[in-house]
Parts: sequence; C-alpha cells; structure tokens
Amino acid sequence: MATSGEIVLDVEGLRMRYGTTDVLHGVTFGARQGEVLALLGPNGAGKTTTIEIMEGFRARSAGRVRVLGTDPAHGTEQWRARLGVVLQSWRDHGRWRVRELLAHLGTYYAPYSTDAIRRPWDTGELLEAVGLSEHADRKIRTLSGGQRRRLDVAIGLVGRPELLFLDEPTAGFDPEARHEFHGLVQRLADDRETTVLLTTHDLDEADKLADRILILAGGRIVADGPADDLARRTTAADEVRWTRDGRNFVTSTPGSTAFVRGLFHAYGEEISGLEVRRASLEDTYLELVRQGEAAAREAKAAQ
Amino acid sequence: MIPAMTPAATALRAGWARGLIELRQSFTNAGDLLAHLLWPVLMLAVLYFMRDRPFGSEGLLLGTLALPSILGMNAAMGMVSMAQTLTAEREDGTLLRAKATPDGMRSYLVGKVVTVAGGLFVQLAILLLPGLLIIDGLAVGSLDAWLTLTWVLVLGMLATLPLGAVLGSVFTSSRGQGLLQLVVLGMIAVSGIFYPITSMPEWLQGTAHFSPVYWLGLGMRSALLPESAVSVEIGGSWRQLETVGALGAWALLGLAVAPFVLRRMARGESGSSVAARRDRALRRIG
Ligand SMILES: Nc1ncnc2c1ncn2[C@@H]1O[C@H](COP(=O)(O)OP(=O)(O)O)[C@@H](O)[C@H]1O
Ligand SMILES: [Mg+2]
Repeated sequence: MATSGEIVLDVEGLRMRYGTTDVLHGVTFGARQGEVLALLGPNGAGKTTTIEIMEGFRARSAGRVRVLGTDPAHGTEQWRARLGVVLQSWRDHGRWRVRELLAHLGTYYAPYSTDAIRRPWDTGELLEAVGLSEHADRKIRTLSGGQRRRLDVAIGLVGRPELLFLDEPTAGFDPEARHEFHGLVQRLADDRETTVLLTTHDLDEADKLADRILILAGGRIVADGPADDLARRTTAADEVRWTRDGRNFVTSTPGSTAFVRGLFHAYGEEISGLEVRRASLEDTYLELVRQGEAAAREAKAAQ
Repeated sequence: MIPAMTPAATALRAGWARGLIELRQSFTNAGDLLAHLLWPVLMLAVLYFMRDRPFGSEGLLLGTLALPSILGMNAAMGMVSMAQTLTAEREDGTLLRAKATPDGMRSYLVGKVVTVAGGLFVQLAILLLPGLLIIDGLAVGSLDAWLTLTWVLVLGMLATLPLGAVLGSVFTSSRGQGLLQLVVLGMIAVSGIFYPITSMPEWLQGTAHFSPVYWLGLGMRSALLPESAVSVEIGGSWRQLETVGALGAWALLGLAVAPFVLRRMARGESGSSVAARRDRALRRIG
C-alpha cells in the first residue's frame, strides 16, 4: 500500500554489540505514517533489541536512529507521550484494578493533548475496544494471560500514540484471542494515522496485519516488502511432484513453469499426477533466514 | 495550543494520586494489613509487659523510655520498605512502566514517598495512641512535645526514605535484600532503642552516631520524655541541634544521590532485563 505520509521511523546502519557479540550488524529500514510493519525473525535475531533501541530503552552501539524525528537516546517526555509501548512481557501493577490503572495512566497524557489528537483515550471506550469491559473491576493479577496481554495493549494505546511498538503481542494467545487482537490492530490501521511496528514469529499474523514485512536474520534486514512480493521472490524453490511408470518423483526448482514444460517435452503422455506447489511465504522466509545467517557466519569467519 | 497543566504539576498530582491509591490498596488487602498491624501490635504487647519495670534511680519506667524509641525505629524502618518496594517493582517491571510513561519516573517517586510515609504515619498512630494509655510518665501534655514530634518525623522521613531508595537500587537481588535487612537490624540494635545507649560499650556508642536510626530515636525521646529522662542519654543532653544536623545531613545526601541513582537504574532497565530476571527467579523456585 503506498502511503505518502511523513517519515516516522528512520533507521540506518544500526549496530548493537553485547560484550563481544555483535547482534545487529547494520540494520536499515524506515516507515511512513500509517504503515503497519511486521519485524520477523527467529528467536535471538535481535527483534527485541531493535525495538527497545527505538523505544529509547537501550543505548545503541552505532548507527542513526530517528523516531518521530527524534533520536530516542535523547527523547524528551513530550516525545515519549507520542509513543505507545507494549513490551514482550509485563506483570506490573498486579494489585491495581484494570479500570483504575488505565484511568490513572491516562492522566499522564492529558498535558500532551493537542487539537489534532485528544489525549488520553477515554477509559470506557478503550476497555470496550480491547474487550476488557467485563473485567474492568478485576485485580490485574487475577487476569488470564490473554486478558493481561490485552490490558498491556490498552496501556500502550491510552495516550493515543502516533507510533505503537508491539513486541510479540500475541505470544501465548489462544486462536480466538489472536483473532480478536488482529481485529483491533486492523481497526487501528484503518485510520491510517497510527504507525505500528510489531514483532512476531507468526508468519500468518505478519501476512494478515502488515503492509510491509521486514525479515531480520544474521543481524541485518534481509527482506523488506509487502507479503505478496516476498512470497513471489525467486529465492525459494517451488516443489514439483509427478508420477511416471508407476513411480513417484519430487523435485525442487526455482523455475517450476520451465521445468514442467521440459518434463512434458521429454515424456509427454507418460506423466501423470502432476502437482506444483509454489514457494509459500513460509518457504521464502525460511530460505531468507538461512541465507542471512550463512552470510553472517561467513563474514565472521572472514574476519 | 497551551496545555491545561504543566507536566511538572501533572507529575506531582499524578504521583500524589498514585500514592493514595496504593496506600488504599495496602489497607484493603489482608496480607498487607497484617504486616501493617503486626509490628505495632507486637510492640504494644512488649510495652504492656515492661510498663511497670523501673529503670535507674530517677524513678523512670522502662516502658516510658522504650515507647519513643520504638516510634523512632518504626519510622526508620521506612528505609527498608522503600528499598524493598523499589527492588520488587524493578523486578516486576513497574519501574519500566514508569519509564515508558511521560513524566512517569517523577510521579513514581512522589507516589512511593506518599505510600511509604502514609503507611508509616498510620503505623505510628496505631502504636502511639494505645501506647499513651498503657504508658505513664510521657510528657505529651504540651504543644511543644507535639511540635518536636512533627519535625523529628518529617526530617526523619526525609533522611531515611531517599536513603532507602538508594539502598534499594544498590541491593537489587532478593539475597541483597536479606543482607540489607540485616544491616538495618544491626543499626537498630546499636541505636539504643531497646536499652539506653549509655549502658552499651563506648565503641558501640560511637558507631551508633552514624546511623539515622539512633538520631530518630533520640529525637522521639526528646519530644515525648520528661526532662528528667535526659540523664540516660549520651552527655546528659537531648542534643537537638546535633539531631537536626545528623538527620539533615542524611536527608541532603539521600536527596542528592537518589535521583541520580534512580535515573541510572532506570536507564539500565529494559523489557529483556525484566524478563531475564523473571526467568532467573523462576529457575530459583523451580
Ligand atoms: N542485555 C543483554 N546482554 C547480553 N546479550 C543480550 C542482551 N539482550 C539480548 N541479548 C542477546 O542478543 C540476542 C538478541 O536478543 P533479542 O533482541 O532478545 O532477540 P529476539 O527478540 O529477536 O528474540 C540474543 O542472542 C540475546 O541472547
Ligand atoms: Mg524478543
């Protein structure tokens, strides 16, 4: 989806090193207002590191990062008021009641209300939006995992953020909770005002929610584009199956159309049970991750 | 567009609101309520049994001497509560939440001081009011006594609560917390709270001067005891000037260092460090 909005996120050559281990080797990407981005990558790829640097919670080793035009290492409270943050795991304020905490945290955003963006979000409406109305008076520590996560999202939204970070928002959700959560993000995205960056392991989730998918592997962004484009990339092979002389064959090939033409040319009528499976987003993803990690290993070995 | 309220005012107001909410929570929760009540009730029982035991030749009763000291010690225990709360809330991510909220850190600190100080005042009242009935010979008839009590308490909180916040960010693990508690118990033991300090060895008396607990106890005694009781103090004096000096110095030190230490601690906090600590804690239990 083409968006002509302002640049909200601008990351260039971002590097992060823990001790002697380099986790990010030069991450570069950007986002415009209203886009929904999914940052995808295997465990330990550095998704949380990347997102926490943008949130201003971690000091980067090198590179240029601008979030809403500001370097997160020097973000002011004013800047902070325009962000929504949902971390990977949170279990704070267990003794507070759901409505009480949302209303309380909302008051912090009131001084940052503008004519264009009224802050905070009305507590009742927000509870309704995340489906917690019936649990509004429960103590937070008595919520189930999925309910707690929805509260975390509600807290992320209470200041009506211009940019929302979600780190594995649906980890531990059952399918129904996941479905509801997807609906929530899609409703947010429909306004094309809130920019969303979410991390996930779940390809289907990324495919469903994101305008653009970023794949992080080997410390770099190895792919950046709409889900359809990624699936169509030729890096991953299609799978072709057929039967000839009562025997089953299977082969992988990046050019399945040409291969099948060749197959019929050679054997004609002998071929039966032909099946061509195009590379799926999953295959592309796995292939890209494999290549990315291999390249990182080679670079390290070459040092 | 001009904001309706400045952020600093919001931070103060939100912090105050936060402190009151958490204070209410701690008085509507069985476990906390028990913790609030246990100590004062235990001390009242002790006072009740020592109320008639004479001390020294001045005709003073041991119970009379002990009540103000216990009040002073109780106030000083705010230091431990502060440190414990900070460690616990760093571990569960409350501090990080404050960091993720605009002006959240300032409000968080204000809120913590309100909650801890509020809890202490209630505990002191629970101790003092029945204590006045049980114990004879206290000098509480004058306005002077109550004024002194007030300034000693306020100065004492200023001396101990920021210090508690600093200790809480230094002793971060649960084991560190145990150590901290031991240190504070040690301070109490050498502070002349349970027994007049002048009956302790000289070197211990010297050590006690470094503890805000001693000065808090002394200040309380100077407020609540009759003039004749001064004979069991070091130098035969209430040393109010020195009390102001010592508590004031601790307050200045704490207030100067606490924001710096807290900011540094907050800078190191991220979702991953919270998650990592939780995993470690789970492994310890499991
Ligand atoms: N504070 C830290 N100190 C040292 N290593 C860390 C720290 N945080 C993360 N790492 C390491 O950095 C890598 C990336 O971690 P993370 O950003 O959490 O990945 P992801 O979120 O993609 O699973 C992992 O190998 C992890 O062990
Ligand atoms: Mg992660």
